[in-house]
Amino acid sequence: MFRGFSGGVHPPENKLTEEFAIAVMPPPKKVYIHFSQHTGKPARSLVEKGDVVKIGERIGEGDGFISASVHASISGKIIAIESCPHPVLGTSLCCVIESTNGAKWKDTIKEKTDYEKKSKEELLQIIKESGIVGLGGAAFPTHVKLSPPSDKPIDTLIVNGCECEPMLTADHRLMLEHPAEIIEGAKIFRKILNAENLIFGIEDNKKDAAEILRKQSVNVKLLKTKYPQGAEKQLIKALLGREVPRGGLPMDVGCVVQNVGTCYAAFQAVKYRKPLIERVVTVTGTAVKKPKNLLIRIGCPVIDVVNFCGGYIRQPKQIIFGGPMMGIAQYSENVPTIKGTSGIMVCKDTVIPEEGPCVRCASCVDVCPMGLMATEIYKFVDNKNFSKAKEYGVLDCIECGCCAYSCPSRIPLVHYLKFGKSEIWRLSKK
Amino acid sequence: MKELLAVSASPHIRGKIDISLAMKMVIIALLPSFIFSVHLFGLRALYITLISIITCIVCEAIMQRMLGKKITITDGSAVLTGLLLAFNLPPGVPLWLPVVGSAFAIIFAKQLFGGLGYNFINPALAGRAFLMASWPLAMTKEWLAPAGGTLSGIDGITSATPLNLLQNPGNYGVPELIIKQLNNIPTIKNLFFGKIGGCIGETSALLLLIGGLFLIIIGIVDYRIVVGYLGSFVLLAFVLPTNGNLLFHLFSGGLFLGVFFMATDWVTSPVTKKGRWIFGIGCGVLTIIIRIWGGYPEGVSYSILLMNVFTPIIDRFTKERVFGDRKAKKEVKK
Repeated sequence: MFRGFSGGVHPPENKLTEEFAIAVMPPPKKVYIHFSQHTGKPARSLVEKGDVVKIGERIGEGDGFISASVHASISGKIIAIESCPHPVLGTSLCCVIESTNGAKWKDTIKEKTDYEKKSKEELLQIIKESGIVGLGGAAFPTHVKLSPPSDKPIDTLIVNGCECEPMLTADHRLMLEHPAEIIEGAKIFRKILNAENLIFGIEDNKKDAAEILRKQSVNVKLLKTKYPQGAEKQLIKALLGREVPRGGLPMDVGCVVQNVGTCYAAFQAVKYRKPLIERVVTVTGTAVKKPKNLLIRIGCPVIDVVNFCGGYIRQPKQIIFGGPMMGIAQYSENVPTIKGTSGIMVCKDTVIPEEGPCVRCASCVDVCPMGLMATEIYKFVDNKNFSKAKEYGVLDCIECGCCAYSCPSRIPLVHYLKFGKSEIWRLSKK
Repeated sequence: MKELLAVSASPHIRGKIDISLAMKMVIIALLPSFIFSVHLFGLRALYITLISIITCIVCEAIMQRMLGKKITITDGSAVLTGLLLAFNLPPGVPLWLPVVGSAFAIIFAKQLFGGLGYNFINPALAGRAFLMASWPLAMTKEWLAPAGGTLSGIDGITSATPLNLLQNPGNYGVPELIIKQLNNIPTIKNLFFGKIGGCIGETSALLLLIGGLFLIIIGIVDYRIVVGYLGSFVLLAFVLPTNGNLLFHLFSGGLFLGVFFMATDWVTSPVTKKGRWIFGIGCGVLTIIIRIWGGYPEGVSYSILLMNVFTPIIDRFTKERVFGDRKAKKEVKK
């Protein structure tokens, strides 16, 4: 039954690459593997400058509970461990690997393993060692999501195939081309979680993907296309009518949500013992010659990706990692991709409109899927009245961008709200 | 790399509607009524409207210059204020009246409070209220009969508007007879299509309805205020003792102009969804109260102005429910 979620917007989809099969990009000459590619603590380095590594070799170990391991995505020599441009953090500690002749895979990468007989604990361990994180964008370590405390039983595993961001088609293509692997990955998750139900949530602009998955007899729910359907809380609400409590997590309502890309990566990890060293990325935008869905080694600089896609049509003004609604603008074309990079948008123009006065039209209130009043909160933040901003729920903001998208005065509301959140956290640490 | 790339906050795309487009759409929605009013009342309606708009633009520019602000007369908001004020004036008023009204609206009601977005009452309505208080005779007597019709919408009565007639039927003839005539189908038809006297922009309920529905469909006007206002108005007009019937009240005076174009003003109406319901219902209730028991036959503009004043407090007490607030809903199994 379709229940939907309140608020949301429907921006033009512009899915230019919908029809393009996933192409494989050859490994680049040099990769930049960041130790922080996920939510949580950065990985601890296991290598030193001058070491020779093989593909899939672990170079950083998850440090603490919420952290994830990182692996070499090409074989070669480590030429530096230094601070490099990072798509989210500005700069961060990074391991630079230069390719030497020939691709050498790590020995443990196997033809296939008989994973069906493995215990939950073993499966979870493999996923953890393989550095699997949520590939929808936030890059939350998957093994953490799969280990809810025993007082939070999980009854439903939701596989997120919404891909509600405009322009992105990586998940769509993955569902069309690798449905069996995604389903196997989801079943591995279900086994680990002991979840009774498995539901695929897909938007109705990807009916073909839904059809293909249905043929493999899994439970697929078609949802009316609306952004941000792929946000965990909104997806749970739309599929099950359950509302994750404020400040809570999906496990509080008996759910775990995993992206289709994560399922695919987990399957690869369990079946072939192949760690997360590559992912599908949608390369699109107005300034790139041949938009593509590409399987890219993690840590590949954007400029290499663009050159593989035929180069620029013209010098871009902006390069954005992710989709147009939540993506992060990059300052340099030398930034490498990380695990959470779902799209690369190369734009010939920028959309940085001038901010006008708030006219209280309330469209931000009407479209907010979290029931927040951005118009009030942004004024509190602007006046540095952070306690009031908190009272009005700024910490519940999921930064989906619906408010700023629909604001007729072009106020960068998300920016204000993000700033409010970071200030509240900073002040609470003092 | 020759130059660094531009960095900006997400989202990197924006919706189509910006301030200027929204203002233009409202003006477009008002155009049919405006053209029709020129047909009804002649060039005088055109002059008054133009004078009103030009005064608004000039005052806005002067004030913004004096206050050291960016001049934003091209965003269309001053044009709209001028247009709405003219729509609220009788077509026979002296030509200096719209100048004074517009100047008051822009200088006192809008710019002195901080300009667009900061005015707490609707500037056009404030201008009208100021004129009503200062020159009541000009504002209530300078009516013109429409082309091919009479002021009252009834043959033979040329000295009063329908709502005036309804309030004081005894002044114009046998009360029962007049009330009967006001409520019959030909009069209602005149009211609906606008062949009737009244303020410049308020006469044709049909054209205002079309314009209003257009704005709701394209998402500029919120249906909650409209439905709340009309719903409560209809309900009370039905229940309470009034001389006019439902359709008479619905189509007479500036009700549709007020409901679709003034009450729904973004700046001066609540931002919460619940608040907009309360605001609309409040307007409807006040309009009926003024029409039945008040000193004015009309009531739309004062009820909206009153509710404008309540807007901040309505917002404060009707906060939106944050997703996941209170206990999460019980699990629903299919």
